[in-house]
Amino acid sequence: MSIRHGLLALLSAGPRHGYQLRAEFVASTGASWPLNIGQVYTTLSRLERDGLVVQGEEDAQGRVSYAITDDGRAELERWFRTPLVPADRPRDELVIKLAMAMTTPGVDVAAVVQAQRAATMAVMQDLTRAKRAEGITTAHRLVLDSMIFRTEAEQRWLDHCEAVLAATPQEGRA
Amino acid sequence: MSVVVELAEAARAYGEGEGAVHALKGVSLSVAAGELVAVMGPSGSGKSTLLNLAGGLDRPTSGRVTVEGADLGALAPKALAALRRRRVGYVFQEVNLIPSLSLLENVALPRELDGVRAGRAREEARAALAEVGAGHVAERLPEEVSGGQRQRAAIARALVGERRLVLADEPTGALDTHTGDQILGLLRARCDAGAAVLLVTHEPRYAAWADRVVFLRDGAVDTAAAAVSAR
Ligand SMILES: Nc1ncnc2c1ncn2[C@@H]1O[C@H](COP(=O)(O)OP(=O)(O)OP(=O)(O)O)[C@@H](O)[C@H]1O
Ligand SMILES: [Mg+2]
Repeated sequence: MSIRHGLLALLSAGPRHGYQLRAEFVASTGASWPLNIGQVYTTLSRLERDGLVVQGEEDAQGRVSYAITDDGRAELERWFRTPLVPADRPRDELVIKLAMAMTTPGVDVAAVVQAQRAATMAVMQDLTRAKRAEGITTAHRLVLDSMIFRTEAEQRWLDHCEAVLAATPQEGRA
Repeated sequence: MSVVVELAEAARAYGEGEGAVHALKGVSLSVAAGELVAVMGPSGSGKSTLLNLAGGLDRPTSGRVTVEGADLGALAPKALAALRRRRVGYVFQEVNLIPSLSLLENVALPRELDGVRAGRAREEARAALAEVGAGHVAERLPEEVSGGQRQRAAIARALVGERRLVLADEPTGALDTHTGDQILGLLRARCDAGAAVLLVTHEPRYAAWADRVVFLRDGAVDTAAAAVSAR
C-alpha cells in the first residue's frame, strides 16, 4: 500500500492540505500506522507529477491545498477494485528462529515456543484493550481487528508447533 | 479486590493406582471480582476439569476450592447446590438446554429454582436473552433455533440474576467471530460490573479479552507463560 491510495481516498471527499491529510489518515487507521508530514508531502508531489492530484490556492496561512483529478479518481477506483496478492513477506524472523532452535543442540524448543506464545498473547491483549476504548471509530476498530487476526495466526502456528513437537521424537540434532 | 474463587493446590485424579488419570495436578489460581481470566491449553490438558472444580460441580481429590470465602469441601450437599445455583453461572462446553422448554423458560428456570417468582424470573430471562441478541427467538424450543442461538441462550442462562462467578467453557464454539466478540464484550461487561469470570477457550483472539491468561499443560499451569501474560 500505499500511502498514495490512502491520500487519494481522503482527497476524493474534497480538497485538503497536508496537515489535514495526515490527521485524517491517522484518525482512520489508528496510531497503528504512523505517518509523518514529510511522507505526506513527498507522496503528494509524486501524485502531482503523475497527474493524479493538482495544487490549489494558498490559504491565508500559506498552506497549499490539493485536489484529486479525474485520473486520480480512476486510479482510486482501480485500487478499490483490484484485490491485493499477498506480497512476498520479508523473511519472518520467528520462523527462522524456530527452525534454528530445532537444529541447534542444547536449545529447549518447547521453552522458546512457550515464551513466544506468552509474549504474542500480551500483544493481543494490548490490541484488544485498544479495541475496547470508548469512542473508537469503526474503521479504527477494523484495523485493530486485522492486527489481532494476524497475531492470532502466529499464535495458532505456535500452538501447532507445540503439539507437533510434543508428539514427534526429536530429529536432526547432534 | 476481593477474591471470588480460589483454587489452592487443587488436584483431580480419575481412578487409582497405576491406571489413574491425573487430570489436574495441584493447581493454584484465584480470580478476583472484576477480573476476567482465560484458561488455554491443548485438548485434555484439564481445562474443563478446572472449571468443574471452580464451580463445585466436581470435587478435588486433594486441595481446596473456595467460592466467596466458603470452602466448597466443607459445605453440605444442599448448601453447595444452593451456592452453585445462586452464585455461579455456568456455560458448558456442550450446550445443554432442556429440549422441552422454550429458550425463555430455560433461562428463567434457575431463577425460579432460586425462589424468584415466575413473572419476575421471566422478565429477567427476557432481558438476559435480549442482551445476548436472542430476544426475538425467546419463545422457541432449542431445536427450533440455530446452534449459535442455542449458545446465546446458554450464555443468557449463565448471566441471568446476580451471578458473582461466571464459568464459561468454550462459549464461542458455534459463533462467528463478530458474534464471538459480542459475547466476549458481554462477559467483559459482567466483569466490569463486579463479577469474576473464568473463560476456557482455544481461540487466542478471545483469550486476549482477559486480564490474565493461564496456560495449562498436562494438568499443571505453565508458570513461564504466566509470568509474561500477567501484566
Ligand atoms: N470422567 C472421567 N474419567 C476419566 N478420565 C477423565 C474423565 N473426565 C476427564 N478425564 C480425563 O482428564 C483429562 C482432562 O480432561 P478435561 O476434560 O479437563 O480436558 P480439557 O482440557 O477440557 O480438554 P478439551 O479441550 O478437549 O475440552 C483428560 O485426559 C481426560 O481424558
Ligand atoms: Mg474441555
